[in-house]
Amino acid sequence: MDLFDIMLSSITIFAGASQFVFLEILGYQAPAWSIVLGVFAVNFRHILYSASLGRSMGEFSTMQKFTAFFFMADPMFTSSEHRASQQPLMPAYYFGFALIQYCIWIVFTYLGAAFGSLISDPQALGVDMLLPIYFMTMVMAFRKRKNWFPIVVASGIGSAFFYHFVGPPWHISLGALMGILAAVIMAKPSGFVGVEEDDG
Amino acid sequence: MADFLNTVDFGDNLWVLIIVLAIVTYMTRIGGDLVLSRFKSIHPRVDAALEAVPAAVITAIVIPPALTNGPSAFIAMMVTMLACYKTSPIISMVIGMGTLAALRYFGL
Repeated sequence: MDLFDIMLSSITIFAGASQFVFLEILGYQAPAWSIVLGVFAVNFRHILYSASLGRSMGEFSTMQKFTAFFFMADPMFTSSEHRASQQPLMPAYYFGFALIQYCIWIVFTYLGAAFGSLISDPQALGVDMLLPIYFMTMVMAFRKRKNWFPIVVASGIGSAFFYHFVGPPWHISLGALMGILAAVIMAKPSGFVGVEEDDG
Repeated sequence: MADFLNTVDFGDNLWVLIIVLAIVTYMTRIGGDLVLSRFKSIHPRVDAALEAVPAAVITAIVIPPALTNGPSAFIAMMVTMLACYKTSPIISMVIGMGTLAALRYFGL
């Protein structure tokens, strides 16, 4: 894989986890279909993301919406969901944030591809935990949502279970499904969606 | 297409696979909205499920790195979580990263 392929991946795929899965399966000399399937598996959560965030995109035109989804990586999704729970999600906010993330991703892909071997000990700098720690703050940012605690516990146990017994990347979608299942079970069966306050 | 899907050695054609992966990724990013926008009203249980998506997915992402990167990572994650009760996400993140760096500096 040369610099062109690495840059093309970041520019067109723009999804960290997918690109890592891509590289890992490529290393096994596995057929193309298994790479496509692996990337689809790790991307499955995006289907849930767009179903959830699409509801907050009332201020977006159709064109803006389908452009916006291209940039919907994990941090983009979480920050937008968080924003939408406080005030209407505006295209200017979304695309401003998206552009910054996209540029950072491209620049760091280049720096990593060109100079990555110069970093002798990335662990000492804590680079490996930067995203997990960011995501932890985002898990906490949603704590006022309804049934947050049982959702997080079910999802956390599910994630650990499937990580151990099935392996990555399945633990993300299957683990999350446990949390979502908990929410569905605890939801009131009679429908008064509009009446309940959305405290985000 | 069948030939392509069985390719093992891509040679100079790796870019074709990259474009396919980009399309697959984009399809998943619009998929949920495309399915959901076909329905006029949302059942309360579906609504509850969608409300749960962010916390559920991010928790599932966060658990393995918190548990498999040694005591320093686990403690830093716990500190970050507790800090979130007291201060903003950004400050909590700085506190978490600082804790991690300090713990690793002392060899934990």
